[in-house]
Amino acid sequence: MTPSRTAFAAILGKDLRAELRTLQSLPAMALFAVTSFVIFRFGLNRTSLSGSLAAGVLWATLLFAAVLGINRLFVAEREEGGFDAIRLAPIDRSVLFTAKVAALIIYLVALEIIAVPIFAVFFLNSAAALPPLILVLLLADIGLASAGTLISSMAVNSRARDLLVPLVLLPLVVPLMIAATAATEPLMLLGGVTYHRFGTWLMVLGLYDLIFALLGYAVFDFLLED
Amino acid sequence: MGVDPSMYGKGLRPLSIATPVAFAITLSLVFFYAPIEADQGFLQKIFYLHVPLAITSLCGFIVGGIFAILHLRRDDPRYDAYSYVSIHISVIYACGALITGSIWAKGSWGHWWVWNEPTLVSFLIVFLLYATYYPFRYAIEDRQRQARYASVFAVTAGAFVPLNFLAVRMSASLVHPRVFATAEGGLPGSMMLTFLCSIASMALLWTTLVKFELSAKSAHGQLKRLRRALDAPTGPPTSRIAPEVH
Repeated sequence: MTPSRTAFAAILGKDLRAELRTLQSLPAMALFAVTSFVIFRFGLNRTSLSGSLAAGVLWATLLFAAVLGINRLFVAEREEGGFDAIRLAPIDRSVLFTAKVAALIIYLVALEIIAVPIFAVFFLNSAAALPPLILVLLLADIGLASAGTLISSMAVNSRARDLLVPLVLLPLVVPLMIAATAATEPLMLLGGVTYHRFGTWLMVLGLYDLIFALLGYAVFDFLLED
Repeated sequence: MGVDPSMYGKGLRPLSIATPVAFAITLSLVFFYAPIEADQGFLQKIFYLHVPLAITSLCGFIVGGIFAILHLRRDDPRYDAYSYVSIHISVIYACGALITGSIWAKGSWGHWWVWNEPTLVSFLIVFLLYATYYPFRYAIEDRQRQARYASVFAVTAGAFVPLNFLAVRMSASLVHPRVFATAEGGLPGSMMLTFLCSIASMALLWTTLVKFELSAKSAHGQLKRLRRALDAPTGPPTSRIAPEVH
């Protein structure tokens, strides 16, 4: 039995290397996000955003950009027989779940490093909201990556894989989006950064992360059986 | 033949007699016994339909999740069928709850949809999630994998329900006057009795429908098996065939 840490590092390293060489997901996600900002600028007919509108635009864009990456997360495994290899390998199968969640978190962080500053330049009057926003982004990324990995691993083995991820994932992340937008809204108010119920919403985000990480870890074994 | 055709139909007859009787009693209680509510008048009677529909549907989702856990642990396709049928009937109930809730909202608040009512909104999100159960399930071709993935979905969605209610409840900045939830303990005895009766008959109807659907599916599966056996006669069919979810 290969120790889980070695297996985790191997799978995560493989994913990151493959992404760096092919650049399949990340540039598409970032480009999608920036284009969405432009569409929101005209759709809402606003040149600057604040409060709930800013939080809504930011999170809707990040969520839909994330769906692009989540869709492709297991495509290589499916097409090149990676699932069979994992099944044959003497490793704990849940490692695939944790490694994929970690890879997805890294993608999402990379996406946010590009998209969030652009969002601030486009729409926000000051960058004061960004430092506390990092905490919200990180917590939301963990939940989004856990739920996304779980759904993606199931959708990739179906007939309608590109359809299923947005279909099933969107209702599933509604609580996450409620908490993330509610935590972001007071940060982006016109009068400056406030922290109205900030801690409470961070706790809801943490609860969501915990539940979906544990759930994914617990059920992932059943998804790899064959 | 070693197959008992009434295997899943067992208990269906008493259930299908008890259900209309229970509904007859409940409806007469609703219309002739329970008092007319002072604020909302006759419209409040929809409470005896809407709330039991919603409660039964949520309980049905949880029952579906429990059967899904049993299916994953014991690897018995029967539990998958139970889980599928529970969720199926509960989705229909949820549809009914949303429609009656909308009618009630129009009658008492003047709008077909009220975003400030957290229970209604949470319910819509839960309904939207479970509505994806069907396209999700039938997009997977391999039977065993389909059953396993559907169970994973049912477990995930079951865990999602309380989380969703928590998040939506917290986000309601303006909490609507919650006449019924807060008044639950303070309901007059006659209303409480009527309400309990309507929950009981709604749950009875749910059980009957689940039973009915299961026996229909199992009959369908047996018919298919018999047709196949007629084409190519082989060994005797195994008894206790799981109902087919197709």
